[in-house]
Amino acid sequence: MKPFSYERPATPAEAIEAAARPGARIIAGGTNLLDLMKLGIEGPAHIVDINRIGLDRIEDTPEGGLRIGALVRNADLAAHPRVRQHYPVLTRALVSGASGQLRNKASVSGNLMQRTRCPYFYNTDMACNKRRPGSGCSAIGGVGHNFAVLGASDACIATHPSDMCVALRALDAVVEIESAGAKRSIAIADFHLLPGDTPHLETALQPGELITGIVLPSPLAGTQIYRKVRDRASYAFANVSMALVATVEHGEVVVERLAFGGLALKPWRVEAAERGPRDPDAIADIVLAGAKSCTETAYKLPLVSRMLAAALETVQ
Amino acid sequence: MTDTDGAVVEPVRVSFTINGGLLTLELDPRVTLATALREHLGLTGTKIGCDQGQCGACTVLVNGRRINSCLTLAVMHEGDSIATVEGLGTPEVLHPMQAAFIEHDGFQCGYCTPGQILSSLAVIEEIRAGMPSHVTGSLEGPVPLSDEEIRERMSGNLCRCAAYPNIIAAIRDYAGAKP
Ligand SMILES: Cc1cc2nc3c(=O)[nH]c(=O)nc-3n(C[C@H](O)[C@H](O)[C@H](O)COP(=O)(O)OP(=O)(O)OC[C@H]3O[C@@H](n4cnc5c(N)ncnc54)[C@H](O)[C@@H]3O)c2cc1C
Ligand code: FES
Ligand code: FES
Repeated sequence: MKPFSYERPATPAEAIEAAARPGARIIAGGTNLLDLMKLGIEGPAHIVDINRIGLDRIEDTPEGGLRIGALVRNADLAAHPRVRQHYPVLTRALVSGASGQLRNKASVSGNLMQRTRCPYFYNTDMACNKRRPGSGCSAIGGVGHNFAVLGASDACIATHPSDMCVALRALDAVVEIESAGAKRSIAIADFHLLPGDTPHLETALQPGELITGIVLPSPLAGTQIYRKVRDRASYAFANVSMALVATVEHGEVVVERLAFGGLALKPWRVEAAERGPRDPDAIADIVLAGAKSCTETAYKLPLVSRMLAAALETVQ
Repeated sequence: MTDTDGAVVEPVRVSFTINGGLLTLELDPRVTLATALREHLGLTGTKIGCDQGQCGACTVLVNGRRINSCLTLAVMHEGDSIATVEGLGTPEVLHPMQAAFIEHDGFQCGYCTPGQILSSLAVIEEIRAGMPSHVTGSLEGPVPLSDEEIRERMSGNLCRCAAYPNIIAAIRDYAGAKP
């Protein structure tokens, strides 16, 4: 690991100031950043430890939603009584991810910012446009079955690994951000970027900005489901995952919200598939419009309608 | 201080409690909690398997919660209370969970065992506190102390010797649960 200096600010304002230093990087749980630093994929000169700045509470908003501090741990968010009761798709997504140990450490902001698990991103001997812009994408034509089938480009076919973000996308969460003297918020839909020809640019967060939390709008009516298909039954990233909110109207099951993980470099939601056709195959056709797969990723396409059909069967 | 490559490193002072005793260390900030325990404090009960959060051998309790000590910097733990396997029992007076692992043959080589034991103690607390898991049915009621729940919650601790059925038996026995 490259040497770095270390600082532990006590307030968000101090953290913002510290993080503005050249080469500085924020550390929250450290479960993604330290892994990448050990491998030499990340090499910050200065580490800003934000674990003592607060931002660790979950509060009701006047609009009937929830404001979740950036430093709330994944385990605590999943177990929060209001999240369990009103946003169960978020609890289900969180507990399907990583392990009990990791969820105790992983923060909301770190989960939003976690980087891809593409094996070629992790292998520093191989070309990767995320790691070294312009070096090429070894994943294209490479070995592996977990690449993107939607929204990919000639420069990058990686996927976004988060489960939490898929549920947040279905729930229309908003990311709250602060920088020196300014505050702004970004819809989760606009937070993660598709690769295009700049796959090294991953989120809408700008240098010098601190994520302070996320806001959930007031709860949705209906049944909330999270499904995850993966290589083993637990402690594995998604091949395909799905966040679904469905209601029943005149005896018919209606898809209200539908977002997928494992298909693209961001949670994939096509609004036109919602409150539209009732047939899972027809819905999947809309979700998968423009999909491109190879022999090794072709299995992902039929999973979309099958996961949806299986989930819809359980909605009454 | 200089590191093995000759680079100059500014040491950072950190104080925490380990197994009840307060300690202060001056550390290269790159040192993980796992390495601080093993190399700086001689507490080699905490194992490093993958060093990437993928195996759970390095599991310790920080302020009563289980974490992977390989994916956290020691200097991030100012003021924290850390429990390692050395603090649980002694060879003469074992912790009942340690005794249960022996009774049920919950290991072969033993490399994963300290992590399994610390993790399992936290698992029982998490179930009793009603924290949901991936296999929990209703999110509103209490969580059953079932094999299915224990197995899912222990998935962050791999055992290369595959002692899994006996590990589950040991935890079940300790917790007074039915299969
Ligand atoms: C073995 C393993 C299995 C896993 N399996 C899953 C899985 O199945 N599903 C899943 O979703 N995830 C999984 N994860 C990933 C895990 O969820 C992430 O590592 C975790 O959420 C990152 O959170 P953190 O707080 O530890 O982030 P850190 O490592 O501390 O930070 C990650 C990034 O976020 C930035 N950052 C953090 N906080 C802020 C802030 N407030 N403002 C601006 N930038 C910030 C940091 O600078 C860094 O770049 C797994 C991880 C491991 C190691
Ligand atoms: S050594 Fe920490 S999880 Fe494997
Ligand atoms: S007993 Fe050998 S790895 Fe678990």
